[in-house]
Amino acid sequence: MRRVYADNNATTKVDDNVIEEMLPLFNEIYGNPSSMHTFGAEAEKALRQARERVGEFIKADPSEIIFTGSGTESDNTALFGTLQAYPGKKHIITTKVEHPAVLNPCQLLAKKGYAVTVLPVDSEGMLDLDELRDSIRDDTAIVSIMYANNETGVIFPIEEIGQIVKERGVVFHVDAVQAAGKIPLDVNKLNANLLSISGHKIHAPKGVAALYIRRGTRVRPFLIGGHQEKGKRGGTENLPSIVGFGKACELAAEHLDVYSGQVRAMRDRLQEGLLRTISETSVNGGESPRIPNTLSIRFEYVEGESILLLLDREGIAASSGSACTSGSLEPSHVLRAMGIPYTSVHGSIRFSLSRFNTGEDIDYILEKLPPIISKLREISPFVETTPAPKKQ
Amino acid sequence: MWDYSEKVKDHFYNPRNVGTIENPDGVGEVGSLACGDMLKLMFKLDDRGRIADVKFQTFGCGSAIASASALTEMVKGKTIEEASRITNQDIADYLDGLPEQKMHCSVMGREALEAAIANYRGEKPETEEGEIVCNCFGVTDKAIERAIKENGLTTVEQVTYYTKAGGGCGTCHERIQEIIDRVIEQTGGGIWRTKPKREKTANIRRMKLIEETIEHEVAPALRKEGGDIELIDVVGDKVIVALRGKCTQCLLSGWTMENFVQAKLREFVSPEIVVEEAKE
Repeated sequence: MRRVYADNNATTKVDDNVIEEMLPLFNEIYGNPSSMHTFGAEAEKALRQARERVGEFIKADPSEIIFTGSGTESDNTALFGTLQAYPGKKHIITTKVEHPAVLNPCQLLAKKGYAVTVLPVDSEGMLDLDELRDSIRDDTAIVSIMYANNETGVIFPIEEIGQIVKERGVVFHVDAVQAAGKIPLDVNKLNANLLSISGHKIHAPKGVAALYIRRGTRVRPFLIGGHQEKGKRGGTENLPSIVGFGKACELAAEHLDVYSGQVRAMRDRLQEGLLRTISETSVNGGESPRIPNTLSIRFEYVEGESILLLLDREGIAASSGSACTSGSLEPSHVLRAMGIPYTSVHGSIRFSLSRFNTGEDIDYILEKLPPIISKLREISPFVETTPAPKKQ
Repeated sequence: MWDYSEKVKDHFYNPRNVGTIENPDGVGEVGSLACGDMLKLMFKLDDRGRIADVKFQTFGCGSAIASASALTEMVKGKTIEEASRITNQDIADYLDGLPEQKMHCSVMGREALEAAIANYRGEKPETEEGEIVCNCFGVTDKAIERAIKENGLTTVEQVTYYTKAGGGCGTCHERIQEIIDRVIEQTGGGIWRTKPKREKTANIRRMKLIEETIEHEVAPALRKEGGDIELIDVVGDKVIVALRGKCTQCLLSGWTMENFVQAKLREFVSPEIVVEEAKE
């Protein structure tokens, strides 16, 4: 059976070149970068090179990069580290559509007495920048806003947002985990003080990520331990993965054209094909600028988990905004924030492509999905069994 | 990914009895599009008052479709009285279990069946009575209480898994806890001490059914011929019996075993049953 992996916003396959680069770090260059001996020096050199590559990828100085264990850790460090550095400031601004790695800490902080402004989005997933401007206060400690949304792919105008936040002298954190590798990243243009990226979304292994900390931005460590990462993150560095991450960043920069070209074309073809062949179907955030690999699409009257299970049976991997797949009962907070009716949130499916997908993958999805939706609609009580005569 | 049993997958991939019936005798509808799942169930009785035809339509996840499909198979041929005794646990058992987080699908099945039966009898379904506790999913205190009692639930989380109540905004968690506490007090905690072990209950029920089938459907015919039969053991689908009296010398005992004893058990208990003769 053909297998099509179209869930690259969840995680990606590790690039063979990345694996190759990592292998010597397990049993040849296995020293501790903090050690004084030659073993340590070799490891330190590998660490330095990885840091340079990651820095280069987002146009930062290597000294501004700290390695962490996950995108979540980067986001948490940005939030808690900033608040600890500015104990007098008690206000946080974020958005309703952030990843749980930002939203849940903010909820916790709200319980602990912080004022948290959670900005809404419109039906296309877009922010009102005036509302953002008005919500910044003198005691605002941090503004944390994602670059691209993981579910819909909608891109926020981070350059403009960065300008607004900078004018007010507030720390600006950008969760760029889903944007990295899909659109160019330049921390200087973004006016970001802090920026999170994660390895496993760009064909590096899981368990490695980075937080960019602009020189001069004060952040207290989140993991407290040794003096690694210039005292900003305790714990011996996960060197093989960090080296893999460095290589993945280098490759991601080289492949940006592939994303803006072939990957976007595949996504658009998939989108148009599904809209054409399946009735009562719409794209979530389709009117907004989106990263080129993501398609969030909703099918009325059917439920996401059922679609996913039937797709999986055909070898196609996607994900859904449906509640049932997550184990919670609430459907996607992102789609609900966009005001997508409760009734159609449940039937939303996300396809997220990578440079490893092919045109045949798209053909295969376009062949297999329409009959699945028809089958489920036949079972659905919301669809008339005998089709109503079409309006003339 | 959910750990669905083969039976759940089978009923999801090949749902039985999908559709509608013209002029049904009873129709039940529970859930809504907004809640993420909905089930519409209808049946028609034959002239002996047994469910002759049953159909469903559902909007929901894999286990919701599987639960509905299983339920239709379970009620076929049953009288209203028999069908009304089906619990959500019976539906889950029929499917070789559901992930705990998905038990609400089996509850939805039971509720739809009840609604259809109430509709047939011209009554109001019980689940609609009581006071709404969970506004997100429209679940009443009565429905919560019943799920707690029938399934021996002890935590708010479990109540959410079984009824969806509390799975939305979460503001009703305290009230759900109060209902759990109240049920514990009312029953002196009794329902938890006797909490039915899923498989055991199903097995005991099945064992009884096998026993009764042999006693009422098989033994009388053999006794008429001077023979008899004794149930020795049940191991999974294997039913071990011993022939007594004249049957022991009968040259046709092998034929009797397969075409009479096994056939009856397959008809009344389950089509998977295999009968073996005890070797003594």
